[in-house]
Amino acid sequence: MKKGFKTFLSFALAAAMIFGMTACGGNSGGGGEEAPAEEGKVFNIWCWNDEFQTRFNDYYPEVAEVAEDGSTTTLNDGTVVNWIIEPNEGNNYQNKLDEALLNQENADADSKVDMFLVEADYARKYTNSDATMNVADLGGVLDATSDQYDYTKEVVSDADGNVKGVSWQACPGLIAYRRSIAKEVLGSDDPETVQAAVADWDKFAETAQKMSDAGYKMLSGYDDTFRPFYNNDAAPFVEDGKTLNIDKNIMDWVAMTKDYTDKGYNNKTSLWSTEWAADQGKDAKVFCIPACTWEIDFTLTGNADPDETKDPEQSAWGDYAVCVGPVNWCWGGTWITAATGTDNPTLVADIMTKMTTDKDILKKIAVDKGDFVNSKSVIADLAANYEGNDFLGGQNHYALLSDAAAGLSLKIASPYDQGVIEKMQSSMKDYFDGNVDLDGAKANFETVIKELYPEIETVNWPE
Amino acid sequence: MSKRKKSEIKEISYAKWGYIFIAPFFITFVVFQLIPLGQTIYYSFFEYYRSGLTIIGPNPVGLDNYKALLESDFLKYAANTIILWLAGFIPQIIISLLLAAWFTDVRLRIRGKQFFKVVIYMPNLIMASAFAMLFFALFSENGPVNATLVSLGILKTPFRFLASIAGTRGLVALMNFLMWFGNTTILLMAAVMGINPSLFEAAELDGCSPRQTFFRVTLPMIRPILVYVLITSMIGGLQMFDVPQILTNGTGSPDRTVTTLIMYLNNHLYNKNYGMAGAISVVLFIICAALCLLVYFNLNPTDSDRKTRKKNRSNAGKEAING
Repeated sequence: MKKGFKTFLSFALAAAMIFGMTACGGNSGGGGEEAPAEEGKVFNIWCWNDEFQTRFNDYYPEVAEVAEDGSTTTLNDGTVVNWIIEPNEGNNYQNKLDEALLNQENADADSKVDMFLVEADYARKYTNSDATMNVADLGGVLDATSDQYDYTKEVVSDADGNVKGVSWQACPGLIAYRRSIAKEVLGSDDPETVQAAVADWDKFAETAQKMSDAGYKMLSGYDDTFRPFYNNDAAPFVEDGKTLNIDKNIMDWVAMTKDYTDKGYNNKTSLWSTEWAADQGKDAKVFCIPACTWEIDFTLTGNADPDETKDPEQSAWGDYAVCVGPVNWCWGGTWITAATGTDNPTLVADIMTKMTTDKDILKKIAVDKGDFVNSKSVIADLAANYEGNDFLGGQNHYALLSDAAAGLSLKIASPYDQGVIEKMQSSMKDYFDGNVDLDGAKANFETVIKELYPEIETVNWPE
Repeated sequence: MSKRKKSEIKEISYAKWGYIFIAPFFITFVVFQLIPLGQTIYYSFFEYYRSGLTIIGPNPVGLDNYKALLESDFLKYAANTIILWLAGFIPQIIISLLLAAWFTDVRLRIRGKQFFKVVIYMPNLIMASAFAMLFFALFSENGPVNATLVSLGILKTPFRFLASIAGTRGLVALMNFLMWFGNTTILLMAAVMGINPSLFEAAELDGCSPRQTFFRVTLPMIRPILVYVLITSMIGGLQMFDVPQILTNGTGSPDRTVTTLIMYLNNHLYNKNYGMAGAISVVLFIICAALCLLVYFNLNPTDSDRKTRKKNRSNAGKEAING
């Protein structure tokens, strides 16, 4: 009997401790809201790859120490930054993030989402909700963003025009090509000569034929040309939350890609696959890739020079150059947003200010990494005074792209874009591969998109 | 009254401890299985999904989810599942039977049986998803299989396995075969070794050829185990998910021909469409139960046989007595 009582007592005590602790957590969370001076010591950042993480670790001045496995970063004041990285593909990041944000109110202060990153394909889903804080409420961040490109603020503004996120980069699209192949087939690797050869889609196809005759492929895969078309759509995919309107541009992309596939202008790869990555390497026979400025450092450099030799003899380092290509376009970008309910609003504001508006930091990022930073004055300065990017064989791509960047727009972004784009590309892949006809691919797309977004009732295809 | 109380106190109820010891199982079963099961059925009659950060429902919609299910390509996915399962199961059962017969044959005296048993069981130790990743890398366009085939001159250009329907289905079947034939072999070996050796001796004395022994003695004797293997494999086949999911990166392509029923279920569940997912689960449950009963009663008539035989015997006895 005594023993039983003792067991009961210890359980009761344990229970009391656990509940007491949760109660404490709840209290401190509440206290944090009332007195923002006492900020939490744990700072959770959600993202889908390590792009921002490396930028943060390399350039945020308060970084004291990075954990060996990279999962946390300790700041000078002792705050621990937790990196929660969830793969993006198949809406995985969105689903996991939604789960966390829906639990935000009940989570204790240290496990709340403090800051999360979004990309253009679904930015509006979060900026139109209460899950993101108004940047204007975060001290002076918004005032400091006057030098940023307008489109980067436009896409993360809610219906009332409140800016909900900030980005350190603008993302003008470009065509990255191999200098050696250009010299051999087009006679010159000068960006102007190459630009003339790809000035519109007709010229692009002519050049593709020349490449094919010389034993090269114009492109690596099916999806490479998707973004230039999609970004010039007339209207967003979904406007009323029920109807998905496919733009004529998308069908142009389908027709062109099918044509290119049948003519052997591409290598039949899919975006991000290992074959696609290999096609950017030294031994690849692929002439160009429509890419975006962030891809230069994040994707191209790694694929062209996997061993980080920086040696043109052993890799494609220095064998790339960029030109504007047939159309002006952009591929998203990455935005930093503050999660509603964060217990570190001052830190959020400081990170936003330093990482996206501090001109010295932005200039360093641009010079070191080739990123097209989100500051008109820094870009203007670089366009005039930058001596050139080594990876691009000494080309000053800022001079080339600064005009294009001013006219960028992401008006067509809708909350559904990630799913629509991924499923469009994978459904059409069957068509390009010859496994189904166009109608079959369309039907498969409708099936899969309704699985993904049950609220979508009809899909309208252009005539 | 007081007398009765006294006797109750004296009695020590051991049954109580029985209940206490089995309680953990029942508690976990109810919390983690029975309640979710009930909820699944319950929510299958509701519109209940997440649109962005808003939760839609649950709104009762009657049988709408089941109607939508009937109008979908459900049958196509069922056919996919059966094709993928059979393509793996048929070679698996043939090879396993053959190996089991060889390994247990006293006259063959195969050496290193234990070694082979371990080796053929190995693929099952690897996680299915890891195995699928491995195959994805091996059979990719730039992968070692294509490189070998091209350098041997068998192929001129790399074959894009995952862009062809037969290639993708073949890979899934091959993986399921490789993962499970060892397990089946070991089960069947146990079954064969359970047969009374005097039967084999008798067969030998009567001049049976090895083939006759196999078909006339071994197979009928291991029938209960064969039925067990068939049923478990069928349930496993119906639940086929991880291998095709990982191999095709969740798309079930090309042309959704590798989309199995559970992948279809996962497509809905992954997007938090609990209503539709519930409806699919309920239908799957019914199909699975029906198939199992069908197979069980068709292939395993021993119980009913015995009963009829008994009946016959007793009838015969009665007749004899009467006669």
